[in-house]
Amino acid sequence: MQLSGAQAMVQALEQAGVTTLFGYPGAAIAPFYDALVDSNIQHVLTRNEQGAAHAASGYARARQVTGVCVVTSGPGATNAITGIATAYMDSIPLVIISGQVTTDLIGSDSFQEVDITGATSPFTKHNYLVRSARDLPRIFREAFYLAATGRPGPVLIDVPQDIQMDVFQYEDPGEVHLPGYRLVTDAQTEQLLAVKAHLESAKAPIICAGGGVLSSEASQALLELAESCQIPVVTTMMGISTIPYNHPLYLGTLGSHGLFAANYALNQADLVMLIGARVGNRAMGSAQEIARRARIVHIDIDPAEIGKNIKPHTAIVADAKSALTGLLALAPQMNTTEWMEKISAIKTSHRLPDQPAGPSTTIYPPTLMRILGDLAGPDALVTTEVGQNQIWVANHYPFTKPHTFITSGGMGTMGYGLPSSLGAKVGCPDRTVIAVSGDGSFQMSLQELGTIKQEKAAVKCVLLNNSRLGMVHEIQSIRYKRYSQVFLEENPDFGMLAAAYGFGYAKVQSNAQIEAAVRTMLDTPGPYLLECLIDPHEPTLYPVRKEVKG
Amino acid sequence: MSQHTLSVLVNNHPGLLSKVSGLFSRRSFNIDSLAVGICEIPDCSRMTIVVNGDEAMVDQVIKQLDKLIDVIEIEHLPVQHSVFREMVLAKVAVEASQRTELLQIAEIFRAKIVDVSLHHITLELTGQADKINGFLNLLEDFKILRIVRTGTIAVPRREES
Repeated sequence: MQLSGAQAMVQALEQAGVTTLFGYPGAAIAPFYDALVDSNIQHVLTRNEQGAAHAASGYARARQVTGVCVVTSGPGATNAITGIATAYMDSIPLVIISGQVTTDLIGSDSFQEVDITGATSPFTKHNYLVRSARDLPRIFREAFYLAATGRPGPVLIDVPQDIQMDVFQYEDPGEVHLPGYRLVTDAQTEQLLAVKAHLESAKAPIICAGGGVLSSEASQALLELAESCQIPVVTTMMGISTIPYNHPLYLGTLGSHGLFAANYALNQADLVMLIGARVGNRAMGSAQEIARRARIVHIDIDPAEIGKNIKPHTAIVADAKSALTGLLALAPQMNTTEWMEKISAIKTSHRLPDQPAGPSTTIYPPTLMRILGDLAGPDALVTTEVGQNQIWVANHYPFTKPHTFITSGGMGTMGYGLPSSLGAKVGCPDRTVIAVSGDGSFQMSLQELGTIKQEKAAVKCVLLNNSRLGMVHEIQSIRYKRYSQVFLEENPDFGMLAAAYGFGYAKVQSNAQIEAAVRTMLDTPGPYLLECLIDPHEPTLYPVRKEVKG
Repeated sequence: MSQHTLSVLVNNHPGLLSKVSGLFSRRSFNIDSLAVGICEIPDCSRMTIVVNGDEAMVDQVIKQLDKLIDVIEIEHLPVQHSVFREMVLAKVAVEASQRTELLQIAEIFRAKIVDVSLHHITLELTGQADKINGFLNLLEDFKILRIVRTGTIAVPRREES
């Protein structure tokens, strides 16, 4: 069968089961876009390539599949970089296809030429510059395999324009053969027995669950182990939604902006079992201190995470689900009654309020999050931006099902929430998708309102407006005692903006209005913007201010 | 801190060297030398990388290198059971009065004379890094025009399977 490179690319996507692309055309990727006309694959035209990468990430996370984004050469590719790096830091499976200038022009600084494989090497799991159309079927098969297996991540394929046009005799590439890529997935019995011994000698154990628990679909196994051994659970930002928010064993999110009980338990534990968590500095700022005090068990699928940020006493390089299932089968015998009593008391006494302390003339974000969650139901998907809005969702939104929280954890990318909500809604049209943002971050990918309009994607945007960059403002007030460049006093009229893009709209500023407003938002067909005026001095750092790391 | 030698089998792809060197710079790994060339396996190269660091750092270097898809195999070569070699070309300015002394040094180290003119001699020496360092120390009395070193290459002494 004779195929052009572009036809082979489309065919490879179809073979990989891809039904939706997010992208933006340009000259160097034009042959691919022409071939796409003959395919049933849906294409979502974003307003900026960064939005395409973020939307593909939101799609991937909502559906637990590999997201695909397509961009042109030069600025198209560089615009996608923030989205690629965001996906890399959070281990999200993406395949990014970039057009490249024709092979004869590579290296001559030609129009819209950029070395995107060089630029993205530090934050792609792997990348390819295609040198021959014949290689396309094999490279696409490898890329989808690499993106989704082991520790997931983004893989970029850079395809010169002439290679998209070359016609060649298609041959099926067969099985993936990558001798430099070894997958370790199953936990070894001796390692599991060592962990069992650690567990059984522990008096104050704690489980710290990260994003790896979600990506290996191990939430149920984690819950069963925690319950059968009565071990309290904390999560990292990426681990949120692994365990229901109201589970008696759940203490909340770790870290500088996490909950007191979670940090307290981590600091008092004699055994810390890290699962699919990479001990990032925002989650565990004092990892070395913790390792001196407690025994550390680290379970991760990526061998390089073992010993990188914390030196464990025992490590298992394995898929989280396999390790947790293996541990459950060994049925460790533990008695944590005394520890659980102590921790439960701390959890109760340091519970964050979800009602304001006194009469309020603004929206109290924790109340808003609780009502949103109660009315949207357990299946709703929630995306956030980065800043105070993210922290309020993390600490107060009542997540009860895995994979319902979509946020930029590692990179902390403002401008992620709106396009990722678009991707989530396109991927799961029957589920409610809520995009929580602040007035700063909402404006960072604002142009994607246009994509949402075009796709008729019924995303429900909840904008927390305090006319400033709230989190930086908060840090400046604590650490620097004065403010620098955090005020957004000339914000646009968000109501007019909503109207311009065909969104339903309401503005609320008292807690009494929240419930009716949220109901209206959820009941109104199509996209919606609910603007919530919040107190500019409302903090996100309640308990442990000394841990703030600017 | 000590030196560790890694023998790394890689796919011979364009851009691979920049992926490896980029990894070292962005993770702040100290690299003493890196030598690379084609090897006995078609389409593959073997790199010899000498890094300077503690055990934890070398552990990370190995694991991070191993994450590169084009890295096929990494071997941490044991100092006692491997052969290490490096080559240097030393171009030395030398007048007639100093010539004999330089040739004596060359003979002691079994360095080869590979180029000679009225005003300079170029010497080639192969050996372990410490031998090369000792040789270069003795050359300090001369006016050195240029030193070029290959970086260490190494093989384990054991039988190959």
